[in-house]
Amino acid sequence: MTVKSKLVTAVSAIAFTCTAYAAQGEVLFWSTQAKPVEEAQAMREQVLAGFSGGVDYQPNDGGPWITRLNAELSAGSGSIGVLGALHGDYAAMDPENLVDLSDLGVASASDTFNNLAMLGTDTMQYIPWMQASYIMAANREALQYLPADADINALTYDQLIEWAANVHEATGEAKFGFPAGPDGLKHRFFQGYLYPSFTDGVVRTFASDAAVNAWETFARLWEHTNPASTNFSFMQEQLLSGDAWIVFDHTSRLANAFNERPDDFIAFPAPAGPTGRGFMPVLAGVAIPATAPNIDEARALVSYMLEPETQIATLRTTNFFPVVDVELPDDLPPSVQAAGNAIAAMSGSADANPGLLPAGLGDRGGDFNRVFVDSFERIILGGQDIRAVLDDQKTTLAAIMNDTGAPCWAPDAPSDGACPVE
Amino acid sequence: MSSRILPYFLISPVVIFLLAFFIYPFVLVSQQAFQGDSGAWTLSNFQDVISYWKFPISLRNTLLLAVAVVPIQLSLALLMATMVSRMNKGRDLILYVWTIPLGISDLAAGIIWLAIFEQSGFLNSMLSGLGLIERPMNLLSYQSPVIVFTAIALAEIWRATAIMLVILVAGIGLIPKEYYEAADVFGASKWKQFIRITFPLLRPSLQTALVLRVILAFEIFAVVAALGGTLFPVLMGETYAYQFDLLNSGAAAAIALIILGISIAFTMVILRVLRVPKGASI
Repeated sequence: MTVKSKLVTAVSAIAFTCTAYAAQGEVLFWSTQAKPVEEAQAMREQVLAGFSGGVDYQPNDGGPWITRLNAELSAGSGSIGVLGALHGDYAAMDPENLVDLSDLGVASASDTFNNLAMLGTDTMQYIPWMQASYIMAANREALQYLPADADINALTYDQLIEWAANVHEATGEAKFGFPAGPDGLKHRFFQGYLYPSFTDGVVRTFASDAAVNAWETFARLWEHTNPASTNFSFMQEQLLSGDAWIVFDHTSRLANAFNERPDDFIAFPAPAGPTGRGFMPVLAGVAIPATAPNIDEARALVSYMLEPETQIATLRTTNFFPVVDVELPDDLPPSVQAAGNAIAAMSGSADANPGLLPAGLGDRGGDFNRVFVDSFERIILGGQDIRAVLDDQKTTLAAIMNDTGAPCWAPDAPSDGACPVE
Repeated sequence: MSSRILPYFLISPVVIFLLAFFIYPFVLVSQQAFQGDSGAWTLSNFQDVISYWKFPISLRNTLLLAVAVVPIQLSLALLMATMVSRMNKGRDLILYVWTIPLGISDLAAGIIWLAIFEQSGFLNSMLSGLGLIERPMNLLSYQSPVIVFTAIALAEIWRATAIMLVILVAGIGLIPKEYYEAADVFGASKWKQFIRITFPLLRPSLQTALVLRVILAFEIFAVVAALGGTLFPVLMGETYAYQFDLLNSGAAAAIALIILGISIAFTMVILRVLRVPKGASI
C-alpha cells in the first residue's frame, strides 16, 4: 500500500465515521413542504437551527416522499424521524403507521384542525403544523379596469368576469390566470371556492342545477383566461412575467411575486357567488412514523415545531401561517402581510362560506380530486355538455363516497354514513 | 479457472444484477397488476384503466407520436451517419456535437423546448422582434393541439436521434471498404451504393437502433409533461398519475404491463422485418 492510498483509506474511514455519527444524532425530517432550494435552506438555517438535537431536513416531492416512507414502514424499520406533509397526505395513510401524539401536550388553537388531525380515530395522529389558504392576486396595472361599482375586497364572480373582460378588451390579451397545469391546484378551486360559492356544497350538490350554473359561470371566466393556463402551476411566475394580471392560487405559490416586487401587486379575497364567499384552508402537519429510530427525539422536534418562535420563523420561511396563538411581529415579509390581509378580509366578510378539507377519503383523495379535474378538462377544455359530464362523473364520485363511507364535511349538510351525491 | 466456467463466471455479475433489479421487481409488478385490494387474482385493474375515458386518447397519442417521430429520426440518423462516415477531418468533433442532446436528460430537453415555445419564449420574442407578429402568441395551448404535437415531436427528434446515429455510425464503420471499391469499379452511383451495400449490410444495426428507439418512444413522458402538460395525455403519464396522484399501484402496474406488451409486439415486428438470414453476415 502506497502512502497515498493509505492516506485515502484513512481519510475515508474518518469521513465515514463522522457521517455515521452525524446521521445517528440527527432527526431526519422527511417533508413534502418547503421544497424549493431557498426555502429548504431557510428551514435548516432559520427554523430548525434552534433545535438542540440537530435536524437533517430533507424535503421531497409527494411521490418519492410516500415511496420511501412506505418502504420503511413495510420493512418494519427506518431512518425517518419526523414527517412533514399536508393533511391529504396523512389522510391517505393508515393511522396505525403513525405514532399516537395525543399525550404530547401540544395542539393547534383550532379545534377543527385538531379534529382533522385525528384522521377519524380518537387520538392525534399528526399535530397541525402550519396553515395557508388560496387567495386572489392582481397586477396593479389591472386595477384601472376594475368595474366602477366593484369593491376589490368584496368582489362577486360576475364582477370578476367583467373585470377580466375589461382587461381582455383593453390589452387584447386574456390576462386572467388559473393554475390548471399538471402541478396546479385547480381541483381546490372547484372544491373549496366555486362549488361552495354556487351550490353551498361539494359532494351533495355535485351534479345539481346550481352546479351547472357554477360551471357556466366558470366557462364565462375562462373566455378571458390566458389559454396557456393549462401549463401554469405556480401563478407567481405568470404575475412576474406579466402573462397574467389577475390570478388565483395558494398563498405560498404567490409569495415570490410579492417579495420581489411588493409595490406592483395586490392581494384580495376570492369572489362571492349566490351562496356566499366560499374558501378553504390548507393544513400541514408534523407526525412521527411508527418506524422512527428515536421516538423521544422525534417527539421533542414535533413540540419544537409548535413553539411560537418556531412558528413565526416558519411563517417567514414558508409563507404558511401559525396554527397556535402567536403575536405576529411587524417586520414580516411583504408576501406574508399581503396574504394575511386578504385572508382576514375573506374570512371576516359578511358572506363568508368557509369549507373544510375533504376528510375520511383515505387513499381515495386522489380519485376524489380527479373527479373535479376530469370535469374541468371535459367541460372547459373539451367543450362537452355540462349536464352530461356532471351526470357521468357523478357515478364515479358516488362510488368513491360509498367505498370510503366518508361523511359530509362543511359546507355540505351533515350526513348519516357516506355523504350522498344528490 | 477452467475455460469452461470462466464465461459464466464473467457474466454472473450482470446476471445477478438483472435478477435482483429487473426480474424480481418485474415479477412483483406483474403480481400487483393482477391482484385486487384483497390480494385475490383479478383483472379489475386492467378493466379500471382501460375503461377510463382518457385511456383511448393516451394510447392514440402515444402511438401517433411514435409513428410520426421514429421514421423521421431513422432517416435523419441514416443521413447523418453516412455524412459522418465520409468525413476525413473533424469527424469526431461533428459526432460529439451531434450527440450532445444525448447527454441531456429528457426533462431538461423538454424545458429547453418549452423556453422556445412558451408565450414569453424565444420563438415569440424573435418573431415579434422581426415585426412578423404584433404581440406574443400563445403557441402551447389547448386550442392548438397541432402545434403542441409538433413541439413535442420536434423536441423528441432533437433529443433522441443521436442514439440511433451512434449505433448506425458504428454499423457503417463495420462495412468493409472493398464493397464500395468494387462498386466504384463497376460504376455504381453513390445512391445505388447506399441502397445496395450500406442499407443491407446495416440491417443488424438498424434492428438494434429501431428496437431501442421504438421502446423509448412508448416510454415518452418527461418531454410531454414539460411541453404539453395535461393537454397531451400519453400512457406513461397515466402510469405516473395512477401511481403518485391516485396512489393506486395496481392500476399503475396494469398500464405499465400494457406498455410492455405494446413494446414487445413492436419489437417482434421489427426483429421479423429486419431479420438477418441465418449464415449471412458481413
